[in-house]
Amino acid sequence: MNIIVCLKQVPGTTEVKIDPTSNTLVRQGIKSVVNPLDSYALEEGVRLKEHYGGKVIAITMGPPQATEILRDAISTGADDTILLSDIAFAGSDTLATSTTLAKAIEKINKYDLVICGRQTLDGDTGQVGPELAEMLGLPFIAYVSKIETIADGKIKVQRMVEDGYETIEAALPAVITVVKEINVPRLPSLRGLTRAKSAQIPTWTAQEIGTEKGTVGQAGSATWVVKVFYPQRVQTAEMLKGDPEAQVETLIEKLKEAKII
Amino acid sequence: MEYFLTEQQKTLKSLARRIAEEKILPVRADLDEKEEFPWETIKNLAESDLFRIFIPEQYDGMGTSSLDLCLVVEELSRVCSGVAVSYAATALGAYAILLYGSEEQKQKYLPAIAAGKRLAAFGLTEPTAGSDVSNIKTTAEKTPEGYVLNGTKQFITNGGEAEIYTIIALTDKSKGARGASAFIVEKDTPGFTFGKKEKKMGIRTSSTRELVFRNCVIPAENLLSKEGIGFIMAMRVLDHSRPGISAQALGIAQGALEAAVDYARQREQFGQPLISLPVVQYKLAEMATQVEAARALVYSVARTIDSGVKNFTEESAMAKVFASDVAMRVTTDAVQVCGGAGYMRDYPLEKMMRDAKITQIYEGSNEVLHTAIAMELRKRKGRRE
Amino acid sequence: MGISVDKEKCTGCGNCVSTCLFGLIDIVDEKARIKEAGCTLCGACRDACAFEAIRIEKEIAEVLVGDEHRGVWVFTEQRNGEIKNVSYELLSKGRELADTLKTELCAVCLGYNIKDIGQLTAYGADKIYLVDDPSFANQSEDPYVTELVRLIKQHKPEIVLAGATPFGRSFFPRVAAILKTGLTADCTGLDIDTEKRLLRQTRPTFGGNVMATIICPAKRPQMSTVRPRVFKKNQPDPARKSQLIKVDFNKESISSKTRLLNFVADLTEKVKLEDADIIVAGGRGLGKPENFQLIRDLASALGAAVGSSRPPVDEGWIPYSHQVGQTGKTVCPKLYIAVGISGAVQHLAGMQTADCIIAINDDPNAPIFQVANYGIVGDLFKVVPLLTEKLKTV
Repeated sequence: MNIIVCLKQVPGTTEVKIDPTSNTLVRQGIKSVVNPLDSYALEEGVRLKEHYGGKVIAITMGPPQATEILRDAISTGADDTILLSDIAFAGSDTLATSTTLAKAIEKINKYDLVICGRQTLDGDTGQVGPELAEMLGLPFIAYVSKIETIADGKIKVQRMVEDGYETIEAALPAVITVVKEINVPRLPSLRGLTRAKSAQIPTWTAQEIGTEKGTVGQAGSATWVVKVFYPQRVQTAEMLKGDPEAQVETLIEKLKEAKII
Repeated sequence: MEYFLTEQQKTLKSLARRIAEEKILPVRADLDEKEEFPWETIKNLAESDLFRIFIPEQYDGMGTSSLDLCLVVEELSRVCSGVAVSYAATALGAYAILLYGSEEQKQKYLPAIAAGKRLAAFGLTEPTAGSDVSNIKTTAEKTPEGYVLNGTKQFITNGGEAEIYTIIALTDKSKGARGASAFIVEKDTPGFTFGKKEKKMGIRTSSTRELVFRNCVIPAENLLSKEGIGFIMAMRVLDHSRPGISAQALGIAQGALEAAVDYARQREQFGQPLISLPVVQYKLAEMATQVEAARALVYSVARTIDSGVKNFTEESAMAKVFASDVAMRVTTDAVQVCGGAGYMRDYPLEKMMRDAKITQIYEGSNEVLHTAIAMELRKRKGRRE
Repeated sequence: MGISVDKEKCTGCGNCVSTCLFGLIDIVDEKARIKEAGCTLCGACRDACAFEAIRIEKEIAEVLVGDEHRGVWVFTEQRNGEIKNVSYELLSKGRELADTLKTELCAVCLGYNIKDIGQLTAYGADKIYLVDDPSFANQSEDPYVTELVRLIKQHKPEIVLAGATPFGRSFFPRVAAILKTGLTADCTGLDIDTEKRLLRQTRPTFGGNVMATIICPAKRPQMSTVRPRVFKKNQPDPARKSQLIKVDFNKESISSKTRLLNFVADLTEKVKLEDADIIVAGGRGLGKPENFQLIRDLASALGAAVGSSRPPVDEGWIPYSHQVGQTGKTVCPKLYIAVGISGAVQHLAGMQTADCIIAINDDPNAPIFQVANYGIVGDLFKVVPLLTEKLKTV
């Protein structure tokens, strides 16, 4: 079974902080990492491979530095990797991104399952998975929390919906997005790290995957960012003074005044 | 400090650190409190190939560098030496097979150990044979069905959890130590059961148990090498594994030093951070120096072993004695630097101090090892090339 | 297309460096240098430059003029026939947008045995496209995708909105992909550029640290998803009138590539956080899982639901269903009490629209006080039990 896992390189946002005086992003010490939810997608791919055989192909679209996350992917079990990198891809929105990924996946041609993380930590849209499925014309299942079986060309999964779990079946090939409940991603293996160091990572350009002009990158993006700004915040709280007893007294008074209690 | 590690060793060290910080740190207090064997962590170590680094490549391993093992044990111990010793004890159990096993024995056992699927253990100590190891009572009587084992091993690390045990037993009682032989015994062999699970001061997540043999019949082919050299084998195996214990001590000391420095930087007393007080500065500097000295000795002994020298009893003993004493002193001082907080179980230092103590005791108490060093000194008249 | 720095104008002041979300700018020889690979041409650096030294050239997509797409649509999400609140919130916002554009507001309602259709009118719909058919009985997405695409192609609305619910976020992107148009997820602000007749969509990004305003200039319809509780519902007007269009629905055209085999309801969550009037939420400051009892006690004294910031969920102290914030739920209760929560932007993104926020934290500089109405700086282990006690006697 061949499994394609889509990865994205994102800034390690847990460290993103706003400088309160300049109100801008403090970038120091921020490393680029693989989107955390994508590592669950990769882990699931590797587990499926270990169980059913076949291989895991990790792909990402990004600048040349994004090879780093592909090397990380090798160290945790990916067999092959492909970097989609071309200046023509710059400025892609989710539509252009999924167009590009779809073209690359069509070029890979032999595959049974595409796995994406539910959403990214930076863009946070969760749109690439479903858009990709549609462009490939494949069945799509979001929020998969457990893959039950893969047999007879069909995949049976459990997925989270807001009020419970659904068991869903679809014919392969299919596209799924996974949630973090699905597994616990492993750390790299020593053999994987050794392999990752020397691995040749092929780069595919727009020409190589045969994208049509005006369908990828900024030119192929339907949405445009026209403004980026930082939410303004100033301290607004009325601080309640005194010892805990007094603070609580005042608070209860305030809540009564506001008719909340 | 430049430790002159190869790229591969740096990779290994940082991988071990990542596992320690991401997988062990969040659970270490719980493991210690509940005295539960760290199976989940063992699985993580196995997935990351860390059980392969003390097994030769032809048995699915990745080499047998003593320094590699020390680097991993140090990094794991920096966070939790209870986990580290469970890992290192498998190396100890495997060493006997590695050094003295036949090709068939190696083929049979080492790949499963390398994959982390089966843990190993080493059974030497008995109620009557601690430092006086020659006084063992467990017997192995040769019969047409194989060897029949009778006796009890005490304080065996990984006891009950490991599946492959190397056991030292007497095949000829009349010859005393010269009548000892080594055997591979698998868990679930009839007649082989586990006794008391010890409640320990430190390294609580690790398992320490009695191994009880009652008419336990094992196949003759489970004899390691030949009869009569069990005692020499045990000594050689311990010479090999001892740098691992010194690395454990080193890791504990390093962890304690870091925790003390962190605390001293944050904690304010007399209007300034503790680390600004000369008395604290002196103590921390002394601790740091001790740790570096221990590291220098441990690494160079490991490298000496890796160079292929035949006899390294003295070097291996020196590293263990020195590093374990450093661990005890540094953890005690670290608790002192952190004062009341250091004494509380909410902080990791009291655990490190409890953990440190065992490194002065097991795999040859420091007293016994001093004697061993002195004997070597006598032989070589204290001279060095 | 591209981004460039005018070396004549650039003073090397470095103001732009920290604005780049991707860390692509550095100062070399006292001039800004931008690494083009990875740049999304977002314009943050250009806006920060006081010397107008940064130029961005985009292949300017012609804003559609004289386009025939008209009308604002709201996809009305229902579950088991019950229309979701988010649909009313979107209709309320959609009414405003439609009025600005001087066009009609339509609700598109797909489902089976849907109740309270009249409410859609009361919340502002001028027209309701209704498909009520057993094919839509469960939320298998494929029929929804196919039918919504067909309706959009037929009627050509200029704007289509849907709730950023799990269902909406999964099926709506597929609609956008088929229509090859833009979709902006999780918008927190929607308004109209009247001059160009464009929808300006504002959304948080980078975990809520940054806000981005996004347009879809050249494709139609313009599509957005909006989280529940982000927009307020208007007062329903029962006197409003609307036109109900029962869509002539062709069963043959619908097929599903996935098959629902089973559904198991998750009964663990008793109080629906999104619907609670009062929420008491705990954070990392609680120190350990047992201390969540303090939160539960206070919540029960107030008849409130229990929420959490992300760290306790990550630590496994409390299930994910209690998480409030960017990666959890967005809530808008009358009263939100944040206990031992420092107030990372991701958390604030999920609760800052609450009517009244009380923060209890030992760090006076905790960002939670920036959104709180009342703040108590103190030891939560003293304050919270005291508050619980007093409330019991009120």
